[in-house]
Amino acid sequence: MKPAPFAYHRPATLDEALALLAEHGGEAKPLAGGQSLIPAMNFRLARPAVLVDLNRVAELGYVRAGRDGLQIGAMTRQRAVERSDAVRSAAPLLAEAMPFIAHPQIRNRGTVGGSLAHADPAAELPAVMLALEARFRARGPQGERWIPAGEFFTGILETALGPDELLLEVVVPKSPARTGYAFAELARRRGDYALVGVAARVTLDRRGRCQAARITLFSVGDGPVLAAAAAAMLDGQEPSPEAMRAAADAAAQRDIDPPSDIHASAAYRRRLAAVLTRRALARAVERAAQASQ
Amino acid sequence: MTATGRYMGARVRRNEDARLLTGRALFVDDVHLDGMLHVAFLRSDYAHALLRSVDVAAARRRPGVVAAYTAADLGDYWRPGPLLVPPPPIRGLVFHARTQVPLARDRVRHVGEPIAMVVAESRYVAEDALEDIVVDAEPLPVVVDLEAALAPGAPLVHDDLGSNVAAHAVQRKGDYARARAAAHVVIARRFRYDRGAAAAIENRGIVAQWDPRAEELTLWDTTQAPIPIRNGLARLLGLLESQVRVIAPFVGGGFGPKIMMFYPEEVLLPWAALRLGRPLKWIEDRRENFSATTQERGQIHDAEIAVARDGRILGVRDVFLHDTGAYDPYGLTVPINSQCTLLGPYDVPNYASEFTAVFTNKTIVTPVRGAGRQHGVFVIERLLDFAAKQLGIDRAEIRRRNLLRPDQFPHNHEIIFQDSAPLVYDSGDYAPALERARELIGYDGFVQSEQARLRAAGRHVGLGLVCYVEGTGIGPYEGARVTVEPSGQVRVATGVGTQGQGHFTAFAQIVADVLDVEVDQVHVVTGDTREFHWGTGTFASRGAVVAGSACHAAAVRVREKVLELASGLLGAPPDRLELAGGRVRVRGSSDSAIPLGELALRANPLRGAVRPGTEPGLEATAYFGPDRGSTASGVHAMLVEVDPETAQVEIQRYVVVHDCGRVINPMIVEGQIQGGVAHGIGNAFYEQLVYDEAGQLLNASLMDYLLPTATDVPAVEMAHHETPSPLNPVGVKGVGEAGAIPTGAAFAQAVEDALSDHGVEITEIPLSPNRLFELIEAARSARAR
Ligand SMILES: Cc1cc2nc3c(=O)[nH]c(=O)nc-3n(C[C@H](O)[C@H](O)[C@H](O)COP(=O)(O)OP(=O)(O)OC[C@H]3O[C@@H](n4cnc5c(N)ncnc54)[C@H](O)[C@@H]3O)c2cc1C
Repeated sequence: MKPAPFAYHRPATLDEALALLAEHGGEAKPLAGGQSLIPAMNFRLARPAVLVDLNRVAELGYVRAGRDGLQIGAMTRQRAVERSDAVRSAAPLLAEAMPFIAHPQIRNRGTVGGSLAHADPAAELPAVMLALEARFRARGPQGERWIPAGEFFTGILETALGPDELLLEVVVPKSPARTGYAFAELARRRGDYALVGVAARVTLDRRGRCQAARITLFSVGDGPVLAAAAAAMLDGQEPSPEAMRAAADAAAQRDIDPPSDIHASAAYRRRLAAVLTRRALARAVERAAQASQ
Repeated sequence: MTATGRYMGARVRRNEDARLLTGRALFVDDVHLDGMLHVAFLRSDYAHALLRSVDVAAARRRPGVVAAYTAADLGDYWRPGPLLVPPPPIRGLVFHARTQVPLARDRVRHVGEPIAMVVAESRYVAEDALEDIVVDAEPLPVVVDLEAALAPGAPLVHDDLGSNVAAHAVQRKGDYARARAAAHVVIARRFRYDRGAAAAIENRGIVAQWDPRAEELTLWDTTQAPIPIRNGLARLLGLLESQVRVIAPFVGGGFGPKIMMFYPEEVLLPWAALRLGRPLKWIEDRRENFSATTQERGQIHDAEIAVARDGRILGVRDVFLHDTGAYDPYGLTVPINSQCTLLGPYDVPNYASEFTAVFTNKTIVTPVRGAGRQHGVFVIERLLDFAAKQLGIDRAEIRRRNLLRPDQFPHNHEIIFQDSAPLVYDSGDYAPALERARELIGYDGFVQSEQARLRAAGRHVGLGLVCYVEGTGIGPYEGARVTVEPSGQVRVATGVGTQGQGHFTAFAQIVADVLDVEVDQVHVVTGDTREFHWGTGTFASRGAVVAGSACHAAAVRVREKVLELASGLLGAPPDRLELAGGRVRVRGSSDSAIPLGELALRANPLRGAVRPGTEPGLEATAYFGPDRGSTASGVHAMLVEVDPETAQVEIQRYVVVHDCGRVINPMIVEGQIQGGVAHGIGNAFYEQLVYDEAGQLLNASLMDYLLPTATDVPAVEMAHHETPSPLNPVGVKGVGEAGAIPTGAAFAQAVEDALSDHGVEITEIPLSPNRLFELIEAARSARAR
């Protein structure tokens, strides 16, 4: 379990990093926290010829609560996000999800950008960012661009990023009033990738009806899945237990087409999706109701 | 002389912990030698294939590569490994020995079987060179499933045998057919019990060095059996045993697979070190460990129990299949343990048991902590649960009614155990342990009211309560040498290897009590063939029993020498002398006392004459071999909560009441139990080796092979019962495997109990949430029909 030979660069600035990536084209890979890339290299499943280590690029590590929302630099450690007061107040859903990612030791190294760019279908952060309608800022030889979360995740371990493009930051927009959140997941052991997970955001109108619901599920497909049918069933409805149950069932039966693997069959995943979505919706609605008072 | 003293049964802090906790303990990977080269193995990707050719020419050319070998390069040195454990003398036994080879020559029989060996300046280069090797292989049909392996026309793992039967054995006691005819109820079920990898924290590792000036080969090896490795290597390499030194230093967990020998790497590294004249290191990585280190896996039992109206067992019949993997160098230890341990602590007058061991294209099966005992315990405990339900008898009560009574010991079960001796329990008193476990878990309150109260609140909580025995401490023998040094410190050397069991403390306690010295003045060395020449190894929960008893015997002899020498110096007969606090004095006198160190000095005069026949020093070597193993026992109880919607299970409490005879050090025993329970919980709920139809292990990493972590294992609540073994002077029985043995049975009962309103019946372990979900769904649709 030793990696194949590779060249290693450790630039100090973003420009240098981008130049190195441009120089080596598809041969190079950025190295963030290394918690996914290094194991893949040790198994020789990934064999980049060149590693461009971003860990010295200080300008990519920050959490800022700005006018447009919450800005998180790509190299911000997961543990820093977990402990950030700014995150807790501006994006409580994100704060609630963080402890489910791996273990503290891994969150100390693992980065927000690394997790999003890695795009594991069982990862928490992509689903949370999709639920929160986050936007991703990327830069490559062609310059800078913004990618909405809905377009960022394109498949299993695949994103809209080009090989010489770097993810620079993710921005979580401010959420509307009377909004509640909930995050739920089941994993075999604490810290494992989820068997199934759900992120839910519900906004109530002034009469307590569901004005907008946004539900994402993960570990049920090729990437985070937006449960559109489930959300549509709640639109304009009284969020009664029956309505939430019906929406949760729709999420499990219509919105997802989950895979079977050695840990969970598709049928079991559907069951977990229904139960977790129901439970998450109930909590999100309760919090939205509290936020409405 | 029996063992007594201030340290017997005391919670002595472990002598070895300072070294371990401060990182000063030597593990194999800590060995760095000048000029050392690194080894990597090309292993088969196929579960079954013909090897047409293996071309290492390109690998040899890669810069940094020093050598690359295939089977063809080994010449006469290539030969199948020894049959490590010949099968016991069971009448009518069929057994086909097929043992592993150092490098596959014309055929591979499981994924991970080594095909070629590369030696290079670094492990990195060695692994790069593995990619240069060209293997021309023709895949063959694969045998994975146990029943399919026996079907007519199944592919053959060993062509010459004509079938995949590795062994067949029948053992009988009484007349089961008569018992069945007389039964009030007969219950038959099919059970599946699958186990997994031992998954020690430290994988295997070897460093081999040939010193041409000393003409000595030194091998650092994670083995549990350094002395047999030394003996075997000397024979293989044509060296004197004294020219081979095997050191098993600190080892990060053994659990069984490290008693296997010879692993291919163990014969190849010394051979190559001799040829190349440079030291070699190979450290197994986790991926290799999943296919190259032995495992324990599945059995399928078709079992039935015949019971009387009052729940008394009249007889048990069991027919089972045992997966032995591609080779069977460890004989029949695992299935015989299953067969014998099924009888448990119960009075079973009639027993008919038959097994077939089956070759499959999978990694070799050898004992892993519990070593087949879990399978047997699972079958009998589940049968008793079903019998209790059918007869309307409380499950604790049906067990109590069947326990052997103290007056039935020694109890002869009339079948043959793994050590080739009759299965005779030495001592035991089972009913009080059952009673104590009931108390500790709060059985009566839970069954009578608490469970219903919780259920009314929508919570599904269940209780499991099961009994087990563990045959431990088998022969043949171990030895020890005890030496009092002139400093007054005591040195103990023994041949067993140590993998975290606390030998440095438990053995020291035994010796410290005999010589009445401080326990931290007793220095134990284990696992170095230079230090002690004779022995067999650490297995079958036998260290404390067999090596511990040898330490005791040697210490007793040293004590005699001490008193004899002091008698001359103090002018009083030995029986008037007293040895206390490391000094000898005449009892009742306040005169001068002689310190042990001074006696040691005097015992080794440098000038003058001694009485003919006098041995120098205060030193003695002794050996101990028990007639047969001693039988430990216990009761496990657990409370679980199940979420029937998600099939998630949470273990709320875990209680163990156990009897390993005299407890030398409760802290060490508790550690063994806690660790064993962790293994058991892994086996019951998390761990499973998942092979696909092509014989590929689908979860060969710790990401997908789920070991329970600290957050998944509750702190075990424990109580000790002591029924001393009459078979050794210390009165101990083994405890190394106890925690892991009945966990699956307890878990199944508890989960079933929690889901009693769902009508789920559990006849298999492991039980993942996914599988439990399927069982719940199946029960639901069965009810709907
Ligand atoms: C035992 C274990 C358990 C884990 N459990 C979980 C879990 O439960 N949930 C979970 O979500 N994750 C889990 N992880 C993964 C962990 O969260 C990783 O940290 C994360 O997936 C990747 O982040 P990283 O910073 O380590 O990225 P790296 O491993 O360094 O990189 C990952 C990939 O992203 C690319 N990349 C990194 N940064 C950028 C960038 N700025 N722009 C473009 N591409 C980039 C790399 O080139 C690489 O392809 C676990 C990991 C381990 C070892």
